[in-house]
Amino acid sequence: MNHLPIYMDYSATTPVDPRVAAKMIPYLTEHFGNPASRSHAYGWESEAAVDEAREQVAALVNCDAKEIVWTSGATESINLAVKGAAQFYKEKGKHLITVKTEHKATLDTMRELERQGFDVTYLDVMENGLIDMNVFKAALRPDTILVSIMWVNNEIGVIQPIKEIGEITRSKGIIFHVDAAQATGKVLIDLQDVKVDLLSMSAHKTYGPKGMGALFVRKKPRIRLEAQIHGGGHERGFRSGTLATHQIVGMGEAFRLAKLEMNTENERIRMLRDRLYKGLKDIPEVFINGDMEHRVPHNLNISFNYVEGESLIMGVKEIAVSSGSACTSASLEPSYVLRALGRSDELAHSSIRMTVGRFTTEEDVDTTIATMKRTVEKLRAMSPLWDMHLDGIDISQVQWAAH
Amino acid sequence: MAYSEKVVDHYENPRNVGAFGKEEADIGTGMVGAPACGDVMKLQIKVGANGIIEDAKFKTYGCGSAIASSSLVTEWVKGKTLDEAMNLKNTQIAEELALPPVKIHCSILAEDAIKAAVLDYKAKHAAPVEKVAA
Repeated sequence: MNHLPIYMDYSATTPVDPRVAAKMIPYLTEHFGNPASRSHAYGWESEAAVDEAREQVAALVNCDAKEIVWTSGATESINLAVKGAAQFYKEKGKHLITVKTEHKATLDTMRELERQGFDVTYLDVMENGLIDMNVFKAALRPDTILVSIMWVNNEIGVIQPIKEIGEITRSKGIIFHVDAAQATGKVLIDLQDVKVDLLSMSAHKTYGPKGMGALFVRKKPRIRLEAQIHGGGHERGFRSGTLATHQIVGMGEAFRLAKLEMNTENERIRMLRDRLYKGLKDIPEVFINGDMEHRVPHNLNISFNYVEGESLIMGVKEIAVSSGSACTSASLEPSYVLRALGRSDELAHSSIRMTVGRFTTEEDVDTTIATMKRTVEKLRAMSPLWDMHLDGIDISQVQWAAH
Repeated sequence: MAYSEKVVDHYENPRNVGAFGKEEADIGTGMVGAPACGDVMKLQIKVGANGIIEDAKFKTYGCGSAIASSSLVTEWVKGKTLDEAMNLKNTQIAEELALPPVKIHCSILAEDAIKAAVLDYKAKHAAPVEKVAA
């Protein structure tokens, strides 16, 4: 792919793999039937395609196909899981737990539940972005009914201790929802091993189409949810609405390819990410955000001190990168995820997320390194803060007039 | 965020980047903003014996609009009297650069920077004899 700008933002979204697109197209034109049509061949062939895709998605996360509910994406899955479980089990208790570094899809859903009378604890994370298990255990209460934690963080790529958390929640009869939007195809997900009750997934982060997702709802022990979208009773009543066969086929194929190729692919991607890291880490005053060990292979989140992130992105327009999360880039606030790590506002303002993927080449990485270095140098040459740093002034000790 | 052509031009070819000796008598220095807010501007003016601003330089930490606002201001103040420079309005900067509403604060910061530079110069010259102990 010799497109410009070079795409280094695979955590925002991924291109649909051409093999996936090829499999989807016939379901738009030829096999267009409604999978709910039981009375003719058009319906039957669509239903068969949906069933196959359900098996493929289930295979990647090692669950039963009957435990998969199709949705429009991870945001909807999270809404259905969190609101659906909280509302169904509200007689048992009203306390919910999540983490400050979650995606807005979870945080905003929790805010809505607070308005509905639930009590939510937002856990702090450690400096490396990971949950402190002691802090987690201390937050549990007798009336806790649900814990929602993301497997992989979208900004800094750190992997949370899902297995450990699941052991605790299961032993206490607390429902455990995991946002796996950034995890599928990146980390091994084995739902026979981890005691996760609800798992939200997205197609477009794993080379499938946008507007498509799935929610795993465990059957043993059986998890019940209050539906959020009512209608024809599709998906066993969990989520009504005509199934988007072509999208579902796309997600199935994308997840089939992920299962088949993730081991070799992740090794290649890790080498590219490490090449990128190696090329940038010698620039003075750079900081890596988030733990490097418990981290997905494709993510690098880095702060260039004394350079403001938005001007850096403007200066590297040959490269498509992200400052903070794409969802918050329109605002002027520094990333709340980096703030939760205890990063200063300056360093949070100076952060860039680079995520490589299936179609990234070594040449792309080398161009990125050279462009980043050149731009950081140029911006520091015009940064009064860099001058102060060179003069040995500690800018945190200066009295600034906040504006 | 999509920037106007003028912002991109000033960002890519910033005018008058640099610094003058802060202690020199004919220099006024204004530093405004805060790193935590994402912008810091340092603007300096060099004032001739006739009270006309002969030269200006800037250094800015901030987004493209902040860099463009300060670059533009250094061009504008050259050849102006101190009073004329004090009358420069952020709305003129915002209009010239076609800044979107979320970036208006960059033009305000540039106005503040030039005012601070003029005031610094005036302060130096108001009490030229006695150096007041801090």
